[in-house]
Amino acid sequence: MRTTTSAASRETASMRIMVAIKRVIDYAVKIRVKPDKSGVETSNVKMSMNPFCEIALEEALRIKESGRASEVVAVSVGPAQCVDTLRTGLAMGADRAIHVEFPGTLYPLSIAKILKALVDAEKPGLLLLGKQAIDDDCNQTGQMIAGLLKWPQGTFASKVVLDEENKVATVDREVDGGLETLCLDLPAVITTDLRLNQPRYASLPNIMKAKSKVIKKLTPQDLNIEIRSDLEVVQVTDPPKRKAGVILSSVDELIDKLKNEARVL
Amino acid sequence: MRGLISSSSKSKSSKSLLSYSIAIQFPPLHSPSDSSQSSVKNLYSSSCFRNSTSTEPLSRNRNGFFSSGYSRNPAKIADFGGNGCGFWRAQGLVAGARSFSGEPVSRESLNYDVVIVGAGPAGLSAAIRLKQLCREKDVDLSVCVVEKGAEVGAHILSGNVFEPRALNELLPNWKQEEAPIHVPVSSDKFWLLSKTRAFPCPSPFNNRGNYVISLSQLVRWLGLKAEELGVEIYPGFAASEILYDTTDKVIGIATNDMGVAKDGSKKDNFQPGVELKGRVTLFAEGCRGSLSEEVIRKFNLREQGQGQHQTYALGIKEVWEVSADKHQAGSVLHTLGWPLDSRTYGGSFLYHMKDRQVAVGFVVALNYHNPFLNPYEEFQRFKHHPAISPLLEGGTVLEYGARTLNEGGYQSIPYPVFPGGAIIGCSAGFLNVPKIKGSHTAMKSGMLAAESVFRTLHEGSPLEAFWDSLKSSWIWKELHSARNYRPAFEYGFFPGLALSALEHYILKGRSPWTLKHGRPDHEATAEAQLFRPIDYPKPDGVISFDVPTSLYRFSLSFRSNTNHDHDQPAHLRLRDPKIPELVNVPVYAGPESRYCPARVYEYVADESGHLKLQINAQNCLHCKACDIKDPKQNIKWTVPEGGGGPAYTIM
Repeated sequence: MRTTTSAASRETASMRIMVAIKRVIDYAVKIRVKPDKSGVETSNVKMSMNPFCEIALEEALRIKESGRASEVVAVSVGPAQCVDTLRTGLAMGADRAIHVEFPGTLYPLSIAKILKALVDAEKPGLLLLGKQAIDDDCNQTGQMIAGLLKWPQGTFASKVVLDEENKVATVDREVDGGLETLCLDLPAVITTDLRLNQPRYASLPNIMKAKSKVIKKLTPQDLNIEIRSDLEVVQVTDPPKRKAGVILSSVDELIDKLKNEARVL
Repeated sequence: MRGLISSSSKSKSSKSLLSYSIAIQFPPLHSPSDSSQSSVKNLYSSSCFRNSTSTEPLSRNRNGFFSSGYSRNPAKIADFGGNGCGFWRAQGLVAGARSFSGEPVSRESLNYDVVIVGAGPAGLSAAIRLKQLCREKDVDLSVCVVEKGAEVGAHILSGNVFEPRALNELLPNWKQEEAPIHVPVSSDKFWLLSKTRAFPCPSPFNNRGNYVISLSQLVRWLGLKAEELGVEIYPGFAASEILYDTTDKVIGIATNDMGVAKDGSKKDNFQPGVELKGRVTLFAEGCRGSLSEEVIRKFNLREQGQGQHQTYALGIKEVWEVSADKHQAGSVLHTLGWPLDSRTYGGSFLYHMKDRQVAVGFVVALNYHNPFLNPYEEFQRFKHHPAISPLLEGGTVLEYGARTLNEGGYQSIPYPVFPGGAIIGCSAGFLNVPKIKGSHTAMKSGMLAAESVFRTLHEGSPLEAFWDSLKSSWIWKELHSARNYRPAFEYGFFPGLALSALEHYILKGRSPWTLKHGRPDHEATAEAQLFRPIDYPKPDGVISFDVPTSLYRFSLSFRSNTNHDHDQPAHLRLRDPKIPELVNVPVYAGPESRYCPARVYEYVADESGHLKLQINAQNCLHCKACDIKDPKQNIKWTVPEGGGGPAYTIM
């Protein structure tokens, strides 16, 4: 639906972008499985903002700096320490931050429901997320929230161009076959892939200013969301150690091994 | 490069598909246009290739190598394998990263009452003490701590058997406030090792009341306490430049520009450094701090202090998780002797922490003579000693790292006060060598400095009072009575032991003499022609490992995806780029390729067979061994972009 130009420019000029970010184990850390196999060791381990969420936030900041949006709101769902990640987001340039505090395990559908409640309250024109979190690699939250909101979605974005007059976002997606270009009517959900941009460093003065910015705190109950999951993690184990490769001398030997050892033929 | 591949194919293993030095290049030399992400993945998977050690390039031509036959044609040092080709043209000392961005960029300036460089035990103790004094006297002073590690504690490495003396003074309720100090020392053993046996000796230590801790964890806790008191701590920012006013008084520091590419150009995410100005600046960078050394030189602080030069040792450490039946929390072991010879001072430590974790490490004094000595390899073969390896069998390495430490003690303390500030902690050098403890004295020095600084800012008294307060504190008494143990070993291993026994049991620190240190560490390296290369055993991958495995699996924090931290100018600067080829290689056989515990320095043969120095700066563990040990003091360690380097959590 195309509205008249003046109303559109007024609305887009005050467009709000919401960015969902996740606090995860830093990607450079070598993770270890807990001895009781209930999960991955997270105590005494460096945590930081999910790299794809950084890219999403960077994209939101660039859109704001180009004048196409007026405000960037960073949101995060998780335990109390998420505040640190939100402060990094504020230091990078986000205007406001919202923390939905929940100490337990969270699955994508619960996150999507919480985000829907926040979107209904904040009414952003664009919702940006990282394509997936590097701890669970689910790659579901963006798609799920688009479904819940019934918004168009452009996932694995490697390029985003906003046309504020017509309230359309043109998104280049990285797909298995190459690049796919979609036009999405706003409001829309976009999830970001690696090559979209290179996130900025948070400068020291901005980090200092971010310390005093207020982070709004909410709980799932405030949003009338009940966190429950139909999933239960039974066990987490290391992948089996890779065995040394074997050099074969003939194709016959290869077929023999594929048939009798690997049993794939 | 190709020369190196052919040499490594001598090894029998069919797995040596990749040259050792290719395996750790970042980005790889053979495909400079590779996108960093995919090449990072390749390098990760290939990092477990173990073949040639770093002695191989030099041993290729064992006979002719040290003869006068080296070509006096060193014109081609220019290309350091793709690392920072542009910057070595800068003449003389490069003071900081300012030169990289080309035109001067205007920097934001922030003002504080006190700026502290380094969030370690000394820096944080000073910050906490300052804020405590502020509360007592109902005054407000703004305190800012900058830390080059990605988080507080990321660059902290220490044995550590902790004496809580200073902490008891600083934060007496540390136990209730859940400081990570849980494991009291339960046993104290001291062994003299031969190649196959371990001879128990009476322990010279008295560790009753001390704890086995991870200093990295304790420092992180101190950081929390400091922030609770209102200290502003900024990890991920490296102080790279000292700011002076027109009277040559220190008025603060400036952080690195970030987002500068390897060739010096500005990247998309360029961020100029920031000036942090303080009425007082405290340098707490740890042993051989880069800015501290600059200040010491500028204001002649060594001559004004106790007078002697500083001497150092390199400590290499791993934290293992061992099987429960072999673990005894609080067990402390030190060894002397094998694998070091009687001319090299050093030994090992093995401390049992909690949760089945064991800290094991090896310390080698950097005044060793044999340029073929490889402290990392000595550590690896030490672990195979029949008295040590059973403990580690079946265990896994959790973290690996290395750091230099001060061994100069009492005789080497510089005058710590300069116009505008002071030096605290190991940057000055308060480690008690026979006790091998420096954390408690570092913390106390920070506390004393804070008290002097407070009086200076609040009442106007001179900062020089810090020196007097040091001399009347327990730090001085302790270091004074410990002053002769280490220098005694200048006379040799057994005379050293004998003199130490005399000091410890009979004179009890009241000796009427003060022994002097020998030559500075970098001058102690003898010429390679007087020695033969040491044939270190190959790592077995279970108890001992090669350097790439240690680095890539257990220590470094690489940012290759979003921030591309490897694409920055190399932070290791050569004052004269010709010296490695003219001096280090022919005279000393390139010792930096051996003492660096991160394999930063490699000599690679080019097409014509000339050995060129390649600096893999992104491997650097910030240990400072190269700054200390380079024979011509040609290597200058400067600070890279903040947030890189090791990511220690339990070291």
